[in-house]
Amino acid sequence: MESNLNWREFVITRAIKASGYSAILFVALIFYFLLKEAVPTLTEVPLGDLLAVRWYPIEDYFGLLPLLTGSLVVTLGATLIAVPFGIGTAVFIAEIAPRWMREILKPLVELLGGLPSVVLGFLGILVLAPWLRNLLDLPTGLTALAGSLLLGGIAVPTVVSVAEDALDAVPRAYREGAWAIGATRWQTIWRVTLPAAKSGVLTAIMLGVGRAIGETMTVMMVTGNAPVLATRLGSIFSPVRTMTATIAAEMGEVANGSVHYHVLFFIGITLFLISLVVNVTASSVVFKAKKRSERVLS
Amino acid sequence: MDKIIIESLSLQYSDGTESLRDISLGIREKAVTVLFGPAGGGKSSLLRCLNRLNDLTEVQTVSGRILLDGENILDPKTDTITLRRKVGMVFARPVVLPFSIRGNLVYGLEVMGEKRRSRLDEAVERSLRQAALWDEVKDRLDDPAVALSGGQQQRLCLARSLALEPEVILLDEPTSGLDPISTGKVEASLLELKKQYTIILVPHSVQQAARTADFAAFFLQGELIEYGDGKELFTNPQDQRTEEYITGRFG
Repeated sequence: MESNLNWREFVITRAIKASGYSAILFVALIFYFLLKEAVPTLTEVPLGDLLAVRWYPIEDYFGLLPLLTGSLVVTLGATLIAVPFGIGTAVFIAEIAPRWMREILKPLVELLGGLPSVVLGFLGILVLAPWLRNLLDLPTGLTALAGSLLLGGIAVPTVVSVAEDALDAVPRAYREGAWAIGATRWQTIWRVTLPAAKSGVLTAIMLGVGRAIGETMTVMMVTGNAPVLATRLGSIFSPVRTMTATIAAEMGEVANGSVHYHVLFFIGITLFLISLVVNVTASSVVFKAKKRSERVLS
Repeated sequence: MDKIIIESLSLQYSDGTESLRDISLGIREKAVTVLFGPAGGGKSSLLRCLNRLNDLTEVQTVSGRILLDGENILDPKTDTITLRRKVGMVFARPVVLPFSIRGNLVYGLEVMGEKRRSRLDEAVERSLRQAALWDEVKDRLDDPAVALSGGQQQRLCLARSLALEPEVILLDEPTSGLDPISTGKVEASLLELKKQYTIILVPHSVQQAARTADFAAFFLQGELIEYGDGKELFTNPQDQRTEEYITGRFG
């Protein structure tokens, strides 16, 4: 009996340990594979060509700038939509809505977050794009703007959910303290509750942005996929092509081991680095905020 | 003269618990009125009616009237923001806002629209002196307020209410988390403050009630059992339940 128990203990501990380590192993393997497939690019294509403005892989033009700017424009647009809208919704749910409405709204928003992005893309093509074309009198509705709007919609549930949790965690006493000295509801939210939940709200924004950068399906469906360099503010009204959409669209028909194939992996590495930077920035901001409060509290 | 007159006030929370039953009470101006009794007696609920902080919790029904200077503050038309500036409150656990010491003190004035630096500085010094905190913090007004000790934080909260120049100060067990020395300082401030302000205190012990009360009201399970002059009530209670509570037989 005794040895049987010990043996079970041993197996369970090892199993848990192994699954923990395997996560690290998988990340390392993915990174290795990406690197292995992407690094040949650096010898096959001169760096100057990668930084050119023309992406036309069939004729060996591998300029990545239009894809990079395409992703940036769409993500920036999505952020500008998702942040105010998401934080506004979170504040409404956490601070203003009565309890019963809160209990309906929160799960609804989270359900929205689980909507498959291809469904949203579908709505984008059928509803949003024609509407935008008519409204703004554009040659096509499949533009960066359509992508931004949809991506914003995709990022909103993430922002709302995380930011609402952060606001909800602010002690009720803070609010009562502010109310008791005659602050209005809005003054309390803006000057007390939001600053107190700052690190959580920042995390929410970063996660939302991360979600927007990495999103593929929707943008591929609605941004028009024209690899044109976005140079002006007006570029938001013209078709663009993002990095994710490029990989998804072209990976299927590229010859294994060709230059084009390696460049697509190179784009993957670039994406990986961008989201790494976003994540590291986010966690260092949060970490700093935490360290400060810990120092102050001790 | 009575600053506040409470007329047959009843209050029920949304979960069905009845917190106050038909309370009638006059609160004397420029004196310390102590509301005491065992937990769950409705003392805090009553305090939170006086600045309408209960508006923001799940209250089912409130009936009766509370007259402050002759005006019924339970009237839905009452401007709660103005009311809360007139009726300051200090909570059981010090609630410092996540700002600097100065930021905490001037916050209430700033949201009122006061921008003149000289007025703000003046209010900071006056209120800190009144709360007996000035000497301890005058050289570090820009430090974060959470860096203060518990006792200092509580006096900062008192100062924060005073900065708004209220007429009434509500204190809900302000010394429950404090050491005896800090408690002594807060009580000493109250003695000073009652010359100018109407003070309503929920004490954290019967001893504190007896030490500070000019007038005292004994609450038991939502009912006002006895009300009277502080000295009189603690030495010669009329109701048997009051006597049993202050002599420590229950509670």
